Amino acid sequence: MANAEKSTELQAPETQYEEINDLLDKKNQHYKEGFFTSAQVETFDKGLNEAVVRAISAKKDEPEWMLDFRLKAFKHWETLEEPHWAKAEYAPLDYQDYSYYSAPTCGSCDSESGSESEVDPEVAKAFAELGVPILGENANIAVDAIFDSISVSTNKREDLSELGIIFCSFSEAVQDYPELVQKYMGTVVPYHDNYFAALNSAVASDGTFVYIPEGVRCPIDLSTYFRINEAKTGQFERTILVAEKGSYVSYLEGCSAPVRDTYQLHAAVVEVIVLDDAEVKYSTVQNWYPGDDEGKGGILNFVTKRGICEGKNSKLSWTQAETGSAITWKYPSCILKGDHSIGEFYSVALTNRSQQADTGTKMIHIGKNTRSTIISKGISAGHSDNTYRGLVKILPSAEGARNFTQCDSMLIGDQCGAHTFPYIEVENATAQVEHEATTSRIGEDQLFYCKQRGIREEDAISMIVNGFCKEVFSELPLEFAQEAEELLAISLEGSVG
Amino acid sequence: MLLNIKNLQAEIDEKQILKGLNLEINPGEVHAIMGPNGAGKSTLASVLAGKDNYEVTAGSVAFDGQDLLDLDPEERARKGLFLAFQYPVEIPGVSNKLFMQTAVNAVREEQGLPPLDMFDFDAYAKDKIELLEMRPDLLERSVNVGFSGGEKKRNDIFQMALLQPKLCILDETDSGLDIDALRLVANGINTLRSEERSFIVVTHYQRLLDYIKPDHVHVLYDGKVIKSGGFELVHELEENGYDEIVKQHQQA
Ligand SMILES: Nc1ncnc2c1ncn2[C@@H]1O[C@H](COP(=O)(O)OP(=O)(O)OP(=O)(O)O)[C@@H](O)[C@H]1O
Ligand SMILES: [Mg+2]
Repeated sequence: MANAEKSTELQAPETQYEEINDLLDKKNQHYKEGFFTSAQVETFDKGLNEAVVRAISAKKDEPEWMLDFRLKAFKHWETLEEPHWAKAEYAPLDYQDYSYYSAPTCGSCDSESGSESEVDPEVAKAFAELGVPILGENANIAVDAIFDSISVSTNKREDLSELGIIFCSFSEAVQDYPELVQKYMGTVVPYHDNYFAALNSAVASDGTFVYIPEGVRCPIDLSTYFRINEAKTGQFERTILVAEKGSYVSYLEGCSAPVRDTYQLHAAVVEVIVLDDAEVKYSTVQNWYPGDDEGKGGILNFVTKRGICEGKNSKLSWTQAETGSAITWKYPSCILKGDHSIGEFYSVALTNRSQQADTGTKMIHIGKNTRSTIISKGISAGHSDNTYRGLVKILPSAEGARNFTQCDSMLIGDQCGAHTFPYIEVENATAQVEHEATTSRIGEDQLFYCKQRGIREEDAISMIVNGFCKEVFSELPLEFAQEAEELLAISLEGSVG
Repeated sequence: MLLNIKNLQAEIDEKQILKGLNLEINPGEVHAIMGPNGAGKSTLASVLAGKDNYEVTAGSVAFDGQDLLDLDPEERARKGLFLAFQYPVEIPGVSNKLFMQTAVNAVREEQGLPPLDMFDFDAYAKDKIELLEMRPDLLERSVNVGFSGGEKKRNDIFQMALLQPKLCILDETDSGLDIDALRLVANGINTLRSEERSFIVVTHYQRLLDYIKPDHVHVLYDGKVIKSGGFELVHELEENGYDEIVKQHQQA
């Protein structure tokens, strides 16, 4: 079957940078990232089969072991059924109706991905529009920018490499650091972990690879920005982050996609490995296109994120602000294996219009005196559904383990739903597990009180919602926290009245 | 004239509550409104403030020369209409500081003034906190959360002092206050009195009125003002109740 390899579709060379203005103006004023970049791209035909998996691997010039990993995963994936246990309704996807590889090609550039000078100008403009500093203009942050299936630029790598820090695209890591990738890939999220992890393992497009050597405190935030541009394309990034003994890193990711009237698929896998005394802060601001008011289009965000606190006294914090996507299915988790290790999950998930989010975390306590904290704030507006699903599991070995969970839900209007499914399994009698939950509603009376003081309804809602989310936002790096607040305000537009 | 209400009729859930109410208020005047439970006093306050489940079916309200009924509630507030609620609302997670800074700046924007930053606002709020003897950590606490009934009402008067409105409508601000709090609130109101600022004070009791000495007193009954007079009307009501006045009205 040569068709996957050969019939790549090259689009018109004139590269105009167009916003889908009418769409934005009419239905989607709330989604300012909804523009489309028309760069020259190479896109595989729709469809998924072994030949496509081989073609992706060939495209990236991958070594044998990587192709084997993909093929094993693909074979396994074919035996699985799409899961529908989440509290989100969608028709089974037609996996043959997506393209599994799409990348901008730059006429004048010889290599396909990589260093800073070779970014397609249209793609560079798109990132500039999104406020992503891909040219290294912000001194406090290093950025890996991923456009559809490939990483188009990773900056500040040289500075970081002086400290021994590896920060590069996943594809490059496969070429340049094969031992490290082989050592860690699939150790936290095996290819057979679940349906979407298997799919990702088979068709992984690109992603970020981060390695912080022993004793190094990464002086700047590392970040990845994911942009899905092409229609009917899946993005399947694979991220691996390793923090060696005594190291520290703060890693951020942001995402967006153009306004499309069909679902786009995003199935990522993230693996984090934290060794003795090391600390990783992993923050996400997720702003994928949520679909329109009737629930048409939007990103299906089916993500497996998991970290292992392998060493003693290690610490992993997940902080997420989820405002986008039509459907979110995401449970960033911590396996607390090292004694005295700490897992944290701080989450704000906001759904509006017809969005559906089923998100939460798993804290698996294995080591002694391991501690975990879960703070989840769910906000539902419009006709949306918002579910917290979490598991706290204390294994017999986890002497003295402790967990504190707080799940708060806020409802705006009376057409939306909030659901909480906290599962707790305790197999060690010395463990302490505490759970608190509240549900509140922004009432007409509260809004009228604010308006009577001269405060506009939108401002009142965003003030109330931000107050509700304060504990989580305070965990985000400052700039990100501000972005998250603004996103909340935008996502809430038109949620009442 | 600051406020001119003519033949105001309003209903809620298709039940008519205000049935042709007239009231004229000049700048600097203090008007007391009394009347039995269910007469429509809070309804009048809500209609003036623009609460949206009330429907005005007839009549007009001019406020500072504009058609009040045409404005959104937040515009009315920005133009200087303030309502101290019979039941102030709690807003968890939102500090009094953020709430009132936002409100003060909304009004300032309307007046073409630059916004107050956090430091300016703190300085501005300090006197008012002292005036009403509010707890020193007031600004850090969430709006009305964990406040006693009396504290909530004092907080509304504190907000009024910050916003410096043209028309202050106080809906039973005195009920539920202990003697000291009542004095503080009355003192707060008296401090705010000026030649431009007018008040509508809804109350069931003489005590607050003794402190603030209203210029005019109205009796509201069954959605209408059935009798108006000076301060002496308060004594008359205190002695005879509403029966006598209602009877006179029904005979007329
Ligand atoms: N949603 C509603 N549907 C029907 N009637 C209502 C509704 N809300 C209020 N009312 C009625 O409107 C009338 C006026 O109520 P309002 O609260 O204005 O009285 P009030 O004069 O402020 O009384 P009080 O002295 O007890 O505070 C009452 O008879 C009340 O039952
Ligand atoms: Mg009342």
